[in-house]
Amino acid sequence: MAKHHIEATVNGDAVEFLCETEETLLDVLRDTLHLTGSKEGCASGDCGACSVTLDGRLVCSCLVLGCEVGGRRIETIEGMAKGEDLHPLQRKFLEHAALQCGICTPGFLVASKALLEHNANPSDTEIRYWLAGNLCRCTGYDKIVTAVKDAAETLRKG
Amino acid sequence: MRYEAPETAEGAAALLAATADARILAGGTDLLVQMRSDVVDPALIVDIKGITETRRVTEEKGGWRVGAAVTGAELKEHPQLKKVWPGVIEAANLIGSTQVQGRATLGGNLCNGSPAADSVPALIAGGAVATLAGPQGLRDLPVEDVMLGPRKLALRKGEIVVSFWLPPRPPRSSDAYLRFIPRTEMDIAVVGVGVSLAIDETGMITAARVGLGAVAPRVLLVREAAAAIVGTRLDRAAQDQLEAAVRAVCAPIDDKRGTVEFRIQVAGVLARRAALIALDRARTN
Repeated sequence: MAKHHIEATVNGDAVEFLCETEETLLDVLRDTLHLTGSKEGCASGDCGACSVTLDGRLVCSCLVLGCEVGGRRIETIEGMAKGEDLHPLQRKFLEHAALQCGICTPGFLVASKALLEHNANPSDTEIRYWLAGNLCRCTGYDKIVTAVKDAAETLRKG
Repeated sequence: MRYEAPETAEGAAALLAATADARILAGGTDLLVQMRSDVVDPALIVDIKGITETRRVTEEKGGWRVGAAVTGAELKEHPQLKKVWPGVIEAANLIGSTQVQGRATLGGNLCNGSPAADSVPALIAGGAVATLAGPQGLRDLPVEDVMLGPRKLALRKGEIVVSFWLPPRPPRSSDAYLRFIPRTEMDIAVVGVGVSLAIDETGMITAARVGLGAVAPRVLLVREAAAAIVGTRLDRAAQDQLEAAVRAVCAPIDDKRGTVEFRIQVAGVLARRAALIALDRARTN
């Protein structure tokens, strides 16, 4: 069976790649496009470390097939900072020590960015429910919630 | 492994009918996990999201037609559906995380064939009808008749669920769905109950349907439970009869997430609470 030839947009750049049917979007991002910021934690949609947006919608890239994304717009953690200029969420995660080992962090940042685009002033409860699909075994989550709230405030002030 | 994304239901039916080992892909939140864990290894994946009817929400015959591949996140954002069918929407939105909501679909939740599927009791309570497309054309099947047992569906070879039709809502009607899980989020129902009802000007229940999940090999329509509250104002005696009728049909599994006794007890409690919420919503509708 010939590989699928897919053209899509990743972080604003046109990309094309070949993939087998069983390769996930996460496999394609990491192994073919060498965008290794998205992590594979569980590969079953439970941990959120592979979070990306697909046409603006937050998804687990381990639960999307590479051959499904033809013509679609994908945003990953690699598109978050503008050169050396970190996104406010990234700055606040550093300031509030909202990461320790860092494996879950790209997923938390992508998911948090999607939350703030959807809700500019989320409550603690809204943040915790939105991020329920992102698991962190280091921080205990409080610092992540604090960082997201602080980043939201920064973004609201423009 | 082949991948096809037909643009018509007929095309999907032809592909599925011609291949012995084919699987349907909607949101993929169950299928990709099953593939990854080697539970399934299909020769062909038929992605139904390219079929227009599976991806749209439209008004039809006074009710709503919801595509089988519309995602939970899209349902939640629909301006009217949430008002007309709050129970169906809250049930669909209990499935998985925000990320899973971005992909998971009503059609997939039903056709995955789990007795614990959250959206199915709510669809059954709502009187939803599934429209199936297959090699012999289209046919309608009430949602309660689609699932026969764990992983067993009434779909014939080559058939897919294209959409669901939710019937018109009379004035003073509403629905609700409640489930029990051992934690607050990201878990699979130990018990799930959907209740839909309508009341008259005096607050008397004139029609009701109760869907019951996770306490039998398939999701059940509990006619006896509906009969227990129709003609009442859901006073304490009617609530007791509702609880008893629900508990009488429970035949749950026994595991570490819930014993038989616990599941049966909780099923009654959730039915009463869901009925009270639906009643409260119906009064303000």
